[in-house]
Formats: sequence, structure tokens, C-alpha cells
Amino acid sequence: MHATVVLFPGINADAEMVRTLRDVCGVTTDCVSHTATELPRSTDLVAIPGGFSYGDYLRCGAIAKVAPILDAIAAHAKNGGYVLGVCNGFQILTEAGLLPGALTRNENLHFRCHDVFVKVTATGPFSPTLGDVWRMPIAHGEGRYQASPEVLEDLEDEGRIALRYSTATGDVIDAANPNGSAMGIAGIYGGPRKNILGLMPHPERMSDLLQGGDDGRRLFDAVVAHAQPL
Amino acid sequence: MKPAASIRATVIVRLKPEVLDPQGTAVQRALGRLGFQGVKNVRIGKIVELEIDDDGTSAADLEDRLEKMAKEMLANPVIEDFEAKIS
Repeated sequence: MHATVVLFPGINADAEMVRTLRDVCGVTTDCVSHTATELPRSTDLVAIPGGFSYGDYLRCGAIAKVAPILDAIAAHAKNGGYVLGVCNGFQILTEAGLLPGALTRNENLHFRCHDVFVKVTATGPFSPTLGDVWRMPIAHGEGRYQASPEVLEDLEDEGRIALRYSTATGDVIDAANPNGSAMGIAGIYGGPRKNILGLMPHPERMSDLLQGGDDGRRLFDAVVAHAQPL
Repeated sequence: MKPAASIRATVIVRLKPEVLDPQGTAVQRALGRLGFQGVKNVRIGKIVELEIDDDGTSAADLEDRLEKMAKEMLANPVIEDFEAKIS
């Protein structure tokens, strides 16, 4: 497993992403600039960290989608390569059309910055066990997932709703939804083999007991295990 | 050298009617607190003003270009509608 973390101007969660991959999960990890036009050839996983790429100008992720590196990421994703977008990374993936839907202003207008629980509601490379409940922090003002009713139905039917906001015991209820996301969606799968995951919570900020918990590590361990040749 | 003539265009971007606008709701409530009665609904959008080289393109072609710009960058068609005007 070789991971590549993409650096856009204005992101701020790259150090934790690199630390999680390299020091916690033991994955060889490179960083690549937004101006590059190719990914390192050995790349298995592309990780797009959170933050405020290009100052969130126009819309979150709107400017990043035309960065030179995006074509290489799109080609990697279409070939079935793993892509993880966290927070602003999720917003970039929806703006680039690699995941459906859009992330809009939180229902309550607040920037929500606290721990949440999410429940695995679809299995895939990053979430192997249905029903798992993970505690992870969120930190966003625009995380309310929106899509047309048809898209939401397809996501559900195709088992692409990876994570939903829930209570600590795994009940998906409105009171556990921090931003008004449709169907309590916290993360979705895309790509030809669910190889793309976008999520608003920050697994890299909860991957080591030093950070107050390590539920987020399960997501990274899962994709590392998934990438192992049988 | 004489600078090339330019055309001014405006693209208005609005949230689709079915998309909740928490910003608009907050402003509507704030207007009420300022004493402005009867404001039932507020929706907030964006105006993008563009100055484009006048290379002799027809108005129809320019409208097509603006529509492409709006679809690909200025608006997010998943959540927003737009209206392009050449002035």
C-alpha cells in the first residue's frame, strides 16, 4: 500500500492525514502538490485532506476541481484506485463530479466542531463491518449533504451510503444529525468498486489514543487490508 | 494600442427553490428584529459580473459561452439555478 496525500492551498488537515497513514498505519506516504499533473506511479490510495482549499471561494471545492492534479485523481478513481476525501476533500470530490450530490450550508447555520457518532450503513473497502459505530470529530460549516430524490434512492439501493450520523448506540435519528444532511448522510461511496469514499467527519483526527480515541483508525486499517493481494 | 472593446455580462446564481437557505432565514429573522415587518422569506444568491473581450462573437455564441461557464464553474447545477445576461 502506497498513499499519496494531495496538498491544495488552504487545506489544514494534511499533517494529521500524513501522520495517521505513515506513523499509525505504517503506510508509505507521499505528498503531491495541486500543481502536479501526475500521481506517484505506485499510488494505491489518494487522500484529499480537509481545510479550506482556495479559501472556499465561490463554493467549497469549486476552484480545486480545476487544479492540474484533478485529472490524474479522476483517472485513478475511474480505474478503481482508492480515493478518500475528508471534509473539504469530500466537497472537492462532489464538485469534481466524482461523487454525486453537494454539500451545502449547515441547516442551523453554525460551524459545528465536536465529536459525532456515525454508523456504518453500507460495507465497502473503507467500512467492512455493517453496524459499526465510530466516534469521530466534525469541523465544518458546509456539510449538509443534498442530492435529488433519485440520486438518494440510487445511493441507498446500491449500498453506497457508507456512514450515517447516529447516537452512540447506533440509532440513526434526527437528533444525532448535526447539520441537516439528507437521510443523515455523513459519507458516501462512489467509483466502479466503491473505491471512492467521501465523508465529513475526520477519521485522521481520531486515529490514535493520543488524540482521544482511535475509531477513525478502523477506516484506514480497512482500506490497507482491502488493498492486500489475496 | 487601443484596448480591445469589452462586453459586460452578468450571471445571477440562485439556490434552487427546494434547497434550504439557512442564510436567508437568518437574515429574514434579523430584519424582523430591526423592526421591518412582513418580510416572509429571504433567499440569498450571488451576482457574478464578467468583462469579456469583444472579439466579434455573436450574441448567441456569447450566451452559449456564458451558459457553459455557469454550468462548469459559476453555479453548481446540483443545488443552484442561474441566469446569464449580456448588458
